[in-house]
Amino acid sequence: MATPTFQNPIVKWIDHRLPVFTFMQHELHEYPTPKNLSYWWNFGSLAGIVLVLMIATGIVLAMHYTPHVNYAFDSVERIMRDVNYGWLIRYMHMNGASAFFIVVFIHIFRGMYYGSYKSPRELLWMLGVVILLCMMATAFMGYVLPWGQMSFWGATVITNLFSAIPIIGDSIVTWLWGGFSVDNPTLNRFFSLHYLMPFVIVGIVVVHILALHQHGSSNPLGIDTKGPQDSIPFHPYYTVKDLFGLGVFLIFYAGFVFFAPNFLGHPDNYIQANPLATPPHIVPEWYFLPFYAILRSFTADALIYLPISWLMSAKLAGVLAMFGSIAVLFVLPWLDFSKVRSAKFRPLYMWFFWLFVIDCFILGLCGAKPAEEPWTWISQAATAYYFAHFLVIIPLLAKFEKTRPVPASINEPVLGGGDSTTGAATKPMEKA
Amino acid sequence: MASSADTAATDSQGQGDGESRRDFLMLATGAVGAVGLGAVAWPFIDQMNPAADTLAVSTTEVNLEPIEPGQRILVKWQGKPVFIMHRTKEQIEKMKAEDGGNLPDPQKDGDRTVKPEWLVVVGVCTHLGCIPTGTKQGEVRGEFDGWFCPCHGSHYDLSGRIRKGPAPTNLPVPQHAFPEENTLKIG
Amino acid sequence: MKKLLLSAALVFATATGAQAAGDVVAPPAEQWAHQGLFGTYDRGALRRGLQVYREACAACHSLRLVAYRNLMEIGFTEAEVKEIAAEKEVRDGPNDEGEMFTRPARPSDKFVSPFPNPQAARASNNGALPPDLSLMVKARVGGADYLYALLTGYRETPPKDVKMAEGMAYNVYFPGHQIAMPAPLSEDGVEYADKTKATVAQMARDVTTFLTWAAEPELEDRKRIGIKAILFLIVLTGMLYAVKRKVWKDIKH
Repeated sequence: MATPTFQNPIVKWIDHRLPVFTFMQHELHEYPTPKNLSYWWNFGSLAGIVLVLMIATGIVLAMHYTPHVNYAFDSVERIMRDVNYGWLIRYMHMNGASAFFIVVFIHIFRGMYYGSYKSPRELLWMLGVVILLCMMATAFMGYVLPWGQMSFWGATVITNLFSAIPIIGDSIVTWLWGGFSVDNPTLNRFFSLHYLMPFVIVGIVVVHILALHQHGSSNPLGIDTKGPQDSIPFHPYYTVKDLFGLGVFLIFYAGFVFFAPNFLGHPDNYIQANPLATPPHIVPEWYFLPFYAILRSFTADALIYLPISWLMSAKLAGVLAMFGSIAVLFVLPWLDFSKVRSAKFRPLYMWFFWLFVIDCFILGLCGAKPAEEPWTWISQAATAYYFAHFLVIIPLLAKFEKTRPVPASINEPVLGGGDSTTGAATKPMEKA
Repeated sequence: MASSADTAATDSQGQGDGESRRDFLMLATGAVGAVGLGAVAWPFIDQMNPAADTLAVSTTEVNLEPIEPGQRILVKWQGKPVFIMHRTKEQIEKMKAEDGGNLPDPQKDGDRTVKPEWLVVVGVCTHLGCIPTGTKQGEVRGEFDGWFCPCHGSHYDLSGRIRKGPAPTNLPVPQHAFPEENTLKIG
Repeated sequence: MKKLLLSAALVFATATGAQAAGDVVAPPAEQWAHQGLFGTYDRGALRRGLQVYREACAACHSLRLVAYRNLMEIGFTEAEVKEIAAEKEVRDGPNDEGEMFTRPARPSDKFVSPFPNPQAARASNNGALPPDLSLMVKARVGGADYLYALLTGYRETPPKDVKMAEGMAYNVYFPGHQIAMPAPLSEDGVEYADKTKATVAQMARDVTTFLTWAAEPELEDRKRIGIKAILFLIVLTGMLYAVKRKVWKDIKH
């Protein structure tokens, strides 16, 4: 497509010195996007919008919040009661965090189902995992700030984990705390870092999108675009579709913010932090539950721990497994070396994908339960399955699965397939 | 999806009709969206306005009973000092007499009080913001027996008017009222 | 679609099942004027509830996040608020002599706590600390239902197999069933200004409504604005869908 010249003299003046308008023209109007993207592809832009929402609400909250152990809890209540619309902005921020994780989890599952992480998009995928890690760090520190019971005790439990590191563990924990327990120095530095991290995330998102634009989006068929007949300009087609998706999302989001603002939270966090009183059950926010379950399943007598019991403590095993559950995502493009991207043409993989999703839900459920039977052995089984999915099932499927024939192109979903297999007609393409 | 017949009809009619219908929809949607954005933006702007607890202490009530004639006190109002003086008849007469005098910021004494025996002025020098002395016994009161700003030598009289020195205007009189006989409400 | 529903069901189960099982009896679901999409606080209940708080609870429980002036939002006049506030003394100072002094509370002050610090509170209550009630309804699983159940859940004689610890009272809904607070409400314990019969259930309902307001003063605004917001979003999303369909009309997808 020809680069149009701009008419407006001001636009031309700016663009000649800093080609923002040419850039926008290219990225939006000209940027070729596969025309068969489904609504599962809305979640990337949704995540970006929620990020902006979190930053906007966060900056405003920071105008009224005091990061000192004696004032933090009360300053949040002041926001809720006295600051104009403070309750709204606080609830938007609180539920925005949950919204962010729901959107990002769906975005990740989309990537896993359609093989979006495969060549040439490995780096795109890995940047995404880095964003996830940064989100988790940000959310963890953010939850500490209201200085409720769960804030304090969640911080205590998670920072204590680092003591599992051999030799230097205890020094690291003291260094993290800035003292000998979670206290004011900890709160203050968490506030500073919580304010910082979202901007780091913005930077990584920019690189994430740069990587995306190198080769463009994948699509539900998982096959490359062959030419302009397979693509449409991002604007207006996907801008308009993304806006519609945003509208739907906002309805659900508003439902939570206005009518169930504390549904996803824990009542204990409305009790001021008390270092001398541990709550009966320390539970992280829902989006950490699966990882919490993996962490806790490594007990001294756990079957999954016994093989490595000679190497490290159960505590360290749990910590490594918890971080490992995300680390394994990094190497997924190499674990899954199947040439076929989309689960649409990988019937066995499709089944195992859904089993994996169910496994994640089971882990989440376990994370919320007390560390008692039968939840302990269910956690262990689900943890074992989680790693088995990546380390055993995926490579085996990549090697042995008989994939369905992949269509020749997006534009003409040809019956009979133009790839390696001929013979029996493939199913007519369902609407993406 | 539009049937081929439908599309053909629109095409044959000329692009105009279909496009203008589309443009109207876009315009309307854009307008509704803009209204929504405005509605969302307002809380973000309004949250910076004074919060309810700040507004609650935007008025101060003072019990005037213990203040003797001739006595001055200092109270805090909206974070600022306020001078309150229980003026004697002679002091009021004197200030009235000097209404037409050589005043850098001419103002009638009567216009500066709600009740002439109670002078209520914000105790912040109108020059550069220091707090003038003269409220307590023994403090310097300046040549006009009112208040004196030690920072750059502004002299205020018993009406809080600037008489000498670099300050450009009289000490401001905050909105005040007397809801009860011996109660002053500032703000 | 089936998979989506299954996943959704599991999410719901996860969220609601996040509490521990064990020694907990779930409180029965009550009907509250303030529940639901269009709920608002029963003003009469709020007035009576304030009276119950002041007469039956304030001796031990603080309400330190609520200011007296907040009462004007639920129908009390400025004069009434000044009067209610002035009944309590607040420590202020130092004065010009460097001494702390007490003065009557003003509307801008927060509700005065019965004890100067937690230690004094414990000393007066056999070592137990009566918690602040400003957020109690949000700080307990079950919220208003739980609070109401707790206040009406005292039983004079505990079940036969329960051994009561020293100084504890038996309550059906308190986790563990043994609570340090003796039954705070008794029949006709309060003489209501509006002549309503002060049964334990009535007082429990009123004070729970009052405490729900204390924890969520923004509730009415929140729901009112929420309805407008969601209706607006439904309209806007509908329009955006129409735009999407129009724009995509000629694309084969």
